[in-house]
Amino acid sequence: MKQKILTKEIYLQATLDSFTKLDPRTLIKNPVIFITGIGALITTVLLFTGSFSWFNSQIAIWLWFTVLFANFSEAIAEGKGKAQADSLRKSRTQTLARLYKNKVESQVNATELRKGDLVICETNDIIPADGEIVEGLASVDESAITGESAPVVRESGGDRSAVTGGTRVLSDRIIIKITMDPGEGFLDRMIALVEGASRQKTPNEIALSLLLSALTLIFLVAVVTLKFFADYAGVASGSSLSAIVTVPVLVSLLVCLIPTTIGGLLSAIGISGMDRLIQKNVIALSGRAVEAAGDIDILMLDKTGTITYGNRMATELIAAPNIGEKELYKMAHLASLSDETPEGRSIVELARSKYSELEKEDATGLEFVPFTAQTRMSGVNVNGAQVRKGAGDAIEKFVVSQKGVMPVEVTRAAETIARSGGTPLVVCKDEIVYGVIYLKDVVKSGIKERFSELRRMGIKTIMITGDNPLTAASIAAEAGVDDFMAQATPEMKLKRIKDEQEKGHLVAMTGDGTNDAPALAQADVGVAMNTGTQAAREAGNMIDLDSNPTKLIEIVETGKQILMTRGSLTTFSIANDVAKYFAIIPALFATLYAVKGGAGPLSVLNIMRLGSPQSAILSAVIFNALVIVALIPLALKGVAYKAIGAKALLQRNIFIYGVGGLVCPFIGIKLIDVIINLL
Amino acid sequence: MNGFDVIQILFVFFVLILLSPILGAFFNKSLNGKATLFSSIARPFEKLVYRASGIDENEEMNWKQYLKAVLSFNGVGFLFVFFVLLFQKSFPLNPAGLPNLSWHLAFNTAVSFMTNTNWQSYAGESTMSHFSQMVALAGQNFFSAATGIGVLLVLIRAFKNNQSQKLGNFWVDLNRSVVYILLPLSLVWAILLSSQGVLQNLSGPVTVKTLEGKEQIISQGPVASQMAIKQLGTNGGGFFNTNSAHPYENPTPLSNFLELLALLLIPAALTLTFGYMLNKPKEGWILFSAMMIILVLGLSASLWSEYHANSLTANLIPMEGKEVRFGVTNSILWSTFTTAASNGSVNAMHSSLTPIAGGIALLNILFGEIIFGGVGSGLYGMLLYVVLTVFIAGLMVGRTPEYLGKKIEAFDIKMAIIGILTPSFVILFATTYSLVTPSIMSSLMHKGPHGFSEIFYAFSSAAGNNGSAFAGLNANTPILNSLLGVAMAIGRFGVILPVMALAGNISKKKIMPESVGTFKTDNFLFVFLLIAVILIVGALTFFPALSLGPIIEQIMFIQGKTF
Repeated sequence: MKQKILTKEIYLQATLDSFTKLDPRTLIKNPVIFITGIGALITTVLLFTGSFSWFNSQIAIWLWFTVLFANFSEAIAEGKGKAQADSLRKSRTQTLARLYKNKVESQVNATELRKGDLVICETNDIIPADGEIVEGLASVDESAITGESAPVVRESGGDRSAVTGGTRVLSDRIIIKITMDPGEGFLDRMIALVEGASRQKTPNEIALSLLLSALTLIFLVAVVTLKFFADYAGVASGSSLSAIVTVPVLVSLLVCLIPTTIGGLLSAIGISGMDRLIQKNVIALSGRAVEAAGDIDILMLDKTGTITYGNRMATELIAAPNIGEKELYKMAHLASLSDETPEGRSIVELARSKYSELEKEDATGLEFVPFTAQTRMSGVNVNGAQVRKGAGDAIEKFVVSQKGVMPVEVTRAAETIARSGGTPLVVCKDEIVYGVIYLKDVVKSGIKERFSELRRMGIKTIMITGDNPLTAASIAAEAGVDDFMAQATPEMKLKRIKDEQEKGHLVAMTGDGTNDAPALAQADVGVAMNTGTQAAREAGNMIDLDSNPTKLIEIVETGKQILMTRGSLTTFSIANDVAKYFAIIPALFATLYAVKGGAGPLSVLNIMRLGSPQSAILSAVIFNALVIVALIPLALKGVAYKAIGAKALLQRNIFIYGVGGLVCPFIGIKLIDVIINLL
Repeated sequence: MNGFDVIQILFVFFVLILLSPILGAFFNKSLNGKATLFSSIARPFEKLVYRASGIDENEEMNWKQYLKAVLSFNGVGFLFVFFVLLFQKSFPLNPAGLPNLSWHLAFNTAVSFMTNTNWQSYAGESTMSHFSQMVALAGQNFFSAATGIGVLLVLIRAFKNNQSQKLGNFWVDLNRSVVYILLPLSLVWAILLSSQGVLQNLSGPVTVKTLEGKEQIISQGPVASQMAIKQLGTNGGGFFNTNSAHPYENPTPLSNFLELLALLLIPAALTLTFGYMLNKPKEGWILFSAMMIILVLGLSASLWSEYHANSLTANLIPMEGKEVRFGVTNSILWSTFTTAASNGSVNAMHSSLTPIAGGIALLNILFGEIIFGGVGSGLYGMLLYVVLTVFIAGLMVGRTPEYLGKKIEAFDIKMAIIGILTPSFVILFATTYSLVTPSIMSSLMHKGPHGFSEIFYAFSSAAGNNGSAFAGLNANTPILNSLLGVAMAIGRFGVILPVMALAGNISKKKIMPESVGTFKTDNFLFVFLLIAVILIVGALTFFPALSLGPIIEQIMFIQGKTF
């Protein structure tokens, strides 16, 4: 799914599409461009009914270009999606399924499968439809949807039982219970989404369209009434304006004043926003969710796998009195050499990183004593000595049985570790206690920076964990989250989301388990991991194909970008009007009250010193059309979002798009005018 | 312009800025039923009204109920004035024996006073009996201003509410507005003005012999009491035809200062009441600043234009149509204030202002009467622009736009746009209709761009509920009276309706907590944005029309030609 740069075919297709989109039924969905189209049509009709002139035909041509450019921007945004949909569709070619019914296997077409059917898949079979594994375990190639070539393991029961139609089994044999009817599967929905077939206007898009339509309407009235005002002025001044205040010129004025820039680019902004999410391997099931992502101010994250690596690791060793540090490390290393648990391995790693000579040692000749629930310790027996590591009280019991004593300092150190959220492991050899190993849940590197970035965006993070409050607090402090929920149950998660929403917050959360489903559904933005269960994937309104919980940050950024791009281009579009007035109004009324061939009083307003009334009007129309094309890349890419706080962001965008929108058309129109007058 | 002019201007602004927060805080307490020093006097009167009318002051209305109350109250008010004027001869206090009004003038006047416009197609002293002035017109001067405050309160409560439908009680708001704000202030002003010699009696006109030996009829009446509310309630309907240029309405420099101050006092103070009510005083000052900046910009441009003498005026400042007692500075201060506030009273003829000064007066109206604007209506109109600004600019920070914690969504934008653009539609259509209707064009005194300005100004003034006239237009014809009457009604209720619907929708919403990602509206960047939106959205629509009126006229004025 990644990659996909604009290819020649997409451009070609988009060019064709810009013409097919001239269909009035399509055009009317965008009132601003529809009015422009009508203006172009009227101007063209007038060309053939008597008012043909080089000037009028130029106006007609550029008005059509304005409409076509707007169509093109939408077509190119859609084109990118279509190309992606095509590649997805390839993996949905007719597959045969091995239906398993009444313990008998039969070959059927994948399209005939219904919810509840059981199918068998073996090595190299394409999974025929979305479902859940009810028996077996298999490695599955999901590159068709994720673009990730590394196979993933799927197994019955638990949180990794969901499989997606169109993916391929690489090894082993599984029995799948189909959970989706044909045409409703994940892949189908994805294709529909990227193609924009099921695209609906988002709430903010509707609001903005309303504003643009209202502006179009008022300018329409302003221009129509201007005709009458001009007639009156003409009569009153005794100078005729009929040569310049013509229908094509008034249409030009109208098209220049209505917000064609944002009107033309509006749908491209929305489509390409969804598209950018897909590039990031996130499938948003609705545009509404993407927009809501921009508004998120609370983010709930699972601790395990998101904030921490999920394994407790040795980070520090504290020696008992009279024991050298090196001795302790050696002993801890020895006690863990045969221990294959992640904790054990982390102890070995820590010791070896400190004393590289330990790397030479291996487990030969050691008698491994595994951990049991009764002894609550593990270790080795070597040359008659018993080396053990385990929970403090278990080791104390062991040492006492060996006629030793547990030093008070060690007990105290263990308590300190426990209090700060870690797990203490005491190491001993026979009756001598060597010291304590500090095991802790390690926070992922870089996560703290991400959270502070979120804070700068105005998003509060809440860590959810099943740990006790003590452990949770210490990890929360280390990871830099704003708040945490300890000993959280699914009900508590759901309640917390509801409470926060009640206070007016918008909550996002990520989850993968079936018990996350209610919370995912309740959250304003629920991002389900693709590795998650079917229930979770159904409940969320986005699916992260990479199953990377920190992806939420990028989702939020994309949501914000869409809104920012809309706002910035609207500002730009409206600010543009000022310059267009200074181009067209003096041109329209230059001859009013003019004294014998001289310039009329209103030509004082021609501050750009445009060549002639005709060239001034034409320059404004051409500028208006070209600016749409010039801004297509920005619409597709989105205005850059930086987590610098709302105020700084606003100042930056106002300067670029507001002030820029005021100044840039003055320069642009003047340049075009110079060129026209040269030709 | 000399140093004395500058001191006068600065003094007016100084007093205005000084009194606004004091009154603003007082309004906040009074309108919300909290105790003040004054309430020991006013509270019994307030309660008396409740007891007499059987109103439960603790009962709250939703926006629809409130709107129904506003409309029925205004409807009754309209009918009352309409019938009093239609049959004024049958009522007492008519010492001059003035006749009944024509149906169209009665209609126009009734709409005019109900809508707080006070457009006058008639000359006060030769048309209205004392009864009509004191009971019908002065009554509406109070009630229309109080209605404005009520609608404003609903909108403020909507932003304050967290998911509630309770938006206050119209009758309580009406009562408190009159008892705590309009009546006492009018009383103070009436006393101060009559101390300056503003007339206050119930006598008929007297005929005197002038020095030339000719006869002159001098009208009299209860002027001071009506002057006070006319200025304070952004009404503007004068007792005399020449309004506050008349010596009985405005005799001394002090009375001129008092009336000038009264033009903007309540609207300016209400802007701060807004902040106090929300417990966010800064938000009030922000709107106050935005209004003040536009006001000062307009004033400066007008003064520049007036004092920019050229050969056309023999290098003198243009005094034709201005009252010599007040001079240019005070005339321009008045013309700017009276059009900024939707007052419409005048102390000089706007038709005689230089083109730009006249144009600024026109522009102030075209913005939608939101530069302080009418009592209540100025601020609720401004809040529509705020909603629009927040929507456009708020998007630029990458969040669904919000104002005071309330999300601004499609419905809110729809209502804001309807409220802002409805008067614009009326102005453009009505002007166009007039230009092609010979019976209306024959009412014009001037031709050329100035004639265009006259008719354009008339409809702007009506739809903007200002009420001032450019003069030169004889509006007392059946067609103009009807057309202007309809324009005033649409200009008033075409804004109130969407404002109320907006309030209903906003009130239901949750208040979003603030974060660093929130678009802040309590800083000067927002003031700048708000002004930009007002200038671009408000004025851009009219720029082509303005360029055919005041703009071309000013350029030609500079070049040495008038109309």
